[in-house]
Amino acid sequence: MSKNNQYWKPQSVAWFFAALGSLFTALVVGRYVPNVQPVNSDYYLATLGIVIFGLLALWVLSVFVKWNLRERLYHSSQLIFAIGILLTVWDLLSTKSGTLQLPFFPGPPQIIEVIVNERGTLLVSSLYSLRLFFVGLISGIALGIVTGVLIGWSRQWNYWLFPIIKLTGVIPSVAWIPIAIVIFPTSFVAGVFLITIASWFSIAFMVAQGILATPKAYYEVARTLGASNRYLLFHVAIPNTVPNIFTGIATATGLSFLTLVVSEMVGAKAGLGWYINWARAWAAYDKVYASIVIMGIAFSVILAVITLFKNYFLRWQRGIVK
Amino acid sequence: MTNMSNTLIEIRNVSRIYYDTNGKPTEVLQNTSLDIRRGEFISFIGASGCGKTTLLRLIAGLDQPQGGTLSIEGQRITEPTFERGYVFQQAALFPWKTVEENIAFGLKARKLYKANKSRVQEYINLVGLTGFERAYPHEISGGMVQRAAIARALINEPKVLLLDEPLGALDAFTRVDLQDTLRRIWQQTGITIALVTHDVDEAIYLSDRIAIMTARPGRISEIIDVNITGERDRNDDQFILIRKKALEKLHLAGEVFRDIRGLGEAI
Ligand SMILES: Nc1ncnc2c1ncn2[C@@H]1O[C@H](COP(=O)(O)OP(=O)(O)O)[C@@H](O)[C@H]1O
Ligand SMILES: [Mg+2]
Repeated sequence: MSKNNQYWKPQSVAWFFAALGSLFTALVVGRYVPNVQPVNSDYYLATLGIVIFGLLALWVLSVFVKWNLRERLYHSSQLIFAIGILLTVWDLLSTKSGTLQLPFFPGPPQIIEVIVNERGTLLVSSLYSLRLFFVGLISGIALGIVTGVLIGWSRQWNYWLFPIIKLTGVIPSVAWIPIAIVIFPTSFVAGVFLITIASWFSIAFMVAQGILATPKAYYEVARTLGASNRYLLFHVAIPNTVPNIFTGIATATGLSFLTLVVSEMVGAKAGLGWYINWARAWAAYDKVYASIVIMGIAFSVILAVITLFKNYFLRWQRGIVK
Repeated sequence: MTNMSNTLIEIRNVSRIYYDTNGKPTEVLQNTSLDIRRGEFISFIGASGCGKTTLLRLIAGLDQPQGGTLSIEGQRITEPTFERGYVFQQAALFPWKTVEENIAFGLKARKLYKANKSRVQEYINLVGLTGFERAYPHEISGGMVQRAAIARALINEPKVLLLDEPLGALDAFTRVDLQDTLRRIWQQTGITIALVTHDVDEAIYLSDRIAIMTARPGRISEIIDVNITGERDRNDDQFILIRKKALEKLHLAGEVFRDIRGLGEAI
């Protein structure tokens, strides 16, 4: 490891070009080895071309910008190199030779082709899923914070709410699917309900813990500074609990992804989970893989956005701001 | 001036008993009485565990005695208020607030911030933290943290500032620096200050009076007047004489020398 522990081999130009080389190999193999399976590789090849060109463009750009762009590129080089090899081998085993059999194991060109051809349906399905996810998660966060604060702050609420949270919190939210489908008028509302309870409990639990663990010294200092009880809650206990809120949100996000996909697979008529199930019914496995890829991308973007919020709210922990 | 108006805080026959988990009582303060005068700088000195923190918390209203009374300007002390500022040994700055926000806390809590915004900068300057307004507590040194904590208490313009070993954890240079700051603040503002310390020199350098405390049961055994004329110099004859007297009294009180010099704390 270099002296800069944040990045893996941040000085290594060689690995960067090895990475470009491996992607280029995938491109050449995809272009010049004849296809055995009836697949159009054009979109796949175009994607590879764009990625190679994009990496080169970033590399040039890294001369002019700060924020460690070059170190980040070099950091990722070995991973990109491995991905290039993987794509080449996978392409050879599927599209080029048929060793991996259709319809269950399509090659990368076919998956990319499906994503392009089905972009309309995939986009609409993603938007449905995102809407369900955010409505569910945000109501879960809101309820979680409110109940967590009540449990942590008030003996009375603690007495009544905590046992409920503890009991229902251990039940996986998907267990409520049969009931949710019957109770709620639409599958959307049912989905919101399921995601809400999936996220509610983990957040409430973390928030209650954070409030209860607020150092007594903070309260005492605040009281000698003239703070009322209400002020203690909103300006001492709750700010002190913000790190816990984000720990709760991280757990809740994972549970919500799971609940989202399962509930869409079972009850819904839209969304990525529904799309996967529908494609499976038609044995259209290329579409199943396509939606899995889209899910991976969408969920990663969501996690990145949550991390941005977290870094902003917890900037006092990291010393980002001078 | 009459004796009445000269007294700010009256401590009368105060006792405080703690019970351990087996219900066994320990009398931490026994029948303690003291008058704290308006505008004076008084120090409390004594070994670890002799009840200094307990006494200070009682004055703050953070704790209640089992016997006796505490009052300020004739009013019983029943709960903490902004009129009695308190600085803990671990400053307990709010880590999620910047230096500036920490210092503004009291004004905001009392809904006086909007009308008195300029006061925040005033107190930042008073304790010598100019330029560090936007820093978070973990980004500044221990000495600066204590400066911020002192400013945070002072911004409410309390009647008394209670300091519980605020310099105890600092290195010698920083400590001397902060002692000068404390003395300057006291002279500039005319505020009453009660300081708990382990350091005899610190007590003599800063105080009008030094209360020597003994342990088990905890009480004030002696009060030494520090009547040094002119500037205080740690090598001055008057200073050395008072140091000798204080150490003698502490020995009589059964304290261990290394403990009171803060070289090796028992707890
Ligand atoms: N909350 C408490 N419960 C039980 N015992 C305590 C408590 N606070 C302090 N004590 C005991 O009271 C004694 C005096 O404590 P303290 O006032 O903190 O001493 P000092 O500040 O002089 O070191 C110690 O023996 C300590 O263990
Ligand atoms: Mg103490």
